[in-house]
Amino acid sequence: MPEVSIFTQRFEVRGRDFTSAGRASTAVKEILKEIGIPPATVRRAAIAAYEAEMNVVLYARRGTLELQVSPAEIRLLVQDEGDGIPDIELAMQEGYSTASEEIREMGFGAGMGLPNIRKNSDEFRIESVVGQGTALDIRIRL
Amino acid sequence: MTLEQIRRILNCEVLNGNESLDLEVTSGCGADLMSDVLAFARPGTILLTGLTNVQAVRTADVADIRAIVFVRGKLPDRETIELAKARGIPLLATRLTMFEACGRLWAAGLRGDSDSEAAQDAGGVHLHTAV
Repeated sequence: MPEVSIFTQRFEVRGRDFTSAGRASTAVKEILKEIGIPPATVRRAAIAAYEAEMNVVLYARRGTLELQVSPAEIRLLVQDEGDGIPDIELAMQEGYSTASEEIREMGFGAGMGLPNIRKNSDEFRIESVVGQGTALDIRIRL
Repeated sequence: MTLEQIRRILNCEVLNGNESLDLEVTSGCGADLMSDVLAFARPGTILLTGLTNVQAVRTADVADIRAIVFVRGKLPDRETIELAKARGIPLLATRLTMFEACGRLWAAGLRGDSDSEAAQDAGGVHLHTAV
C-alpha cells in the first residue's frame, strides 16, 4: 500500500552546471539529518541522490530531484530530459561508462553511478526512453 | 590516526580546518574517480585525491569522509575551499604523489577501506576495476 508522504521537496537540476552540481544532494542530506533519520541511512540516501544528481548534470539537459519522506521510507524520484539510456542492463554493469574525457576529468565516469544507486537503495527502478530522458525511483526503507 | 599526525607524515599545508587537526580518521582511501570513493569509502575515512575541483568536497560531504588530502602539489580553487569551510571538511595538501602519500600513511599504521573478505581474496589489493 502506498505510504502517505509526510515531507516532499523538489529540486531543479541543470545539465552541465558543474558549479551547482551536488547542491540538491547536500540539501537532501541536511533535511534527512534534521528530521532525525539515522546517520547510516542518511548516508545511503545522500550517496544515491548525489549519483543520480550527477547523472543529470553530466548527461542530461535538465531534470528534477524530488525527495519524499514517509514514516516507512525515503523516496527519491529523479527525472531528466536528455538522450536516455539505450541499454539499461549494460549501464547497470559496474565499470561500464559512456563518459567523455571531460567528464572523467571532473572525477566521474567510473561506471559506478547506477550500481552505486542500486547498492544504496532497497528498491530501485529505472526507465529510460532514448531521445527523451530517464526516470529513477529510489526507495530506502526506514 | 589524527589529522595532525597525517599533516606531519605527509608534510602537508593546511588549506582549511587548522582548528580540527585533532580529529581522528579511521582509515584511508586514495582515488581520483569520485564514484569509486562513493562505492568503497567508509565513513570516517581520509580521502587522498588528485581531483581538486568542487566535486571532491561534495563527494566527501555526501559520503561522511572526514578530511581530504590533495596529492601531487595540486591546489583547489577558492570556490572549493569556501565550500569545504561551509561544510566543515578539513583540506590538506601535500607535494607527494598518490603512491608515496598512501604508502607513508600505510607504513604509519593507517589501513584501507577494503572489507576483510575482499582484501583476503585480493591479497590486500582491490580487484575491482573501474574504467
